[in-house]
Amino acid sequence: MRRLHRIWIAVVALAWLAAPVLAQVQPGSPQESFQPARPEDFGGERLPATPFVFVAYAVVWVAVFGYVFLMWRRLNRVERELADVHARLSSRGR
Amino acid sequence: MTMRTANRLVPFLLVIGALMFIRAPFMIDAAPYESTMGLVQKIFYYHVPSAVFALLSAFVCGAASGVFLWRRTPTADRIALAAAELVVVFGAVTLITGPLWARKAWGIWWDWEPRLTLTFVLWMSFAGLLMLRRFGGPGSEVMAAAVGLFGAVLAPFVYWSVNLWRTLHPTTNVVMTLQGDMRTVFFWCLVAFLFLYVALLLTRVRVEAEAAALEEAYAALED
Repeated sequence: MRRLHRIWIAVVALAWLAAPVLAQVQPGSPQESFQPARPEDFGGERLPATPFVFVAYAVVWVAVFGYVFLMWRRLNRVERELADVHARLSSRGR
Repeated sequence: MTMRTANRLVPFLLVIGALMFIRAPFMIDAAPYESTMGLVQKIFYYHVPSAVFALLSAFVCGAASGVFLWRRTPTADRIALAAAELVVVFGAVTLITGPLWARKAWGIWWDWEPRLTLTFVLWMSFAGLLMLRRFGGPGSEVMAAAVGLFGAVLAPFVYWSVNLWRTLHPTTNVVMTLQGDMRTVFFWCLVAFLFLYVALLLTRVRVEAEAAALEEAYAALED
């Protein structure tokens, strides 16, 4: 309980220290909304967007399906090893 | 709902998520261009959902870490570890797709502005948590839980940073003001990521539970 209390104090202290930084709102003009347009309006771009979009989507697919594959392999290995150890335990009469 | 029941849901979630993922590129292709950025804005449909689930996962990890520090339940520890790993995976996707978008839209790969910097710090915190769990030895789960709590506290700052500092990065307002097909495609991708996220989280927790059972079985074998 004392440990949890200390952690709570650390969290509150962090939020308190961050307050002055957050209070300094800087002026700027970030984009506030996305407006639809037609592909023809972007015909003369100097830096083509297609390779960036293609690589970005490839990264997502490789990362997601790569991770699913790794997880599936890890799960299979653990399950196989667990079945093997259980079999050895039951053969020893436990 | 028990973990066993939850695990039965995983194949369904994965199949539905995968089907939605396969359909998504066709919908994204058909969605309109954005008026100032053009084609490159379409990175948004995967970039934002991956960022959303990286932040959500940071919260899940923080909550589970809090429960673990309080009650010391192994399930909370497993959920915290699984969620931390997913922060790193989805965070990496965000941190790679973001610069690809920025290079075309802003003319630079990276800028040390608050949103990008805080996202990088968040990612590093959870990568550090995983390193701690991997190489920290006995007792490292308690320290890792403290790091998980810190990461969860950082997540709201990452979310609000674009509204507070107002620099290059679009604000959170862009999602709520999406129109027509752009809105439909975005929420389609968000739901696809949700199914995938839940399936991955449950599976990762299951791997940890079975690894713990394996350790116990080995201990019984040695007795």
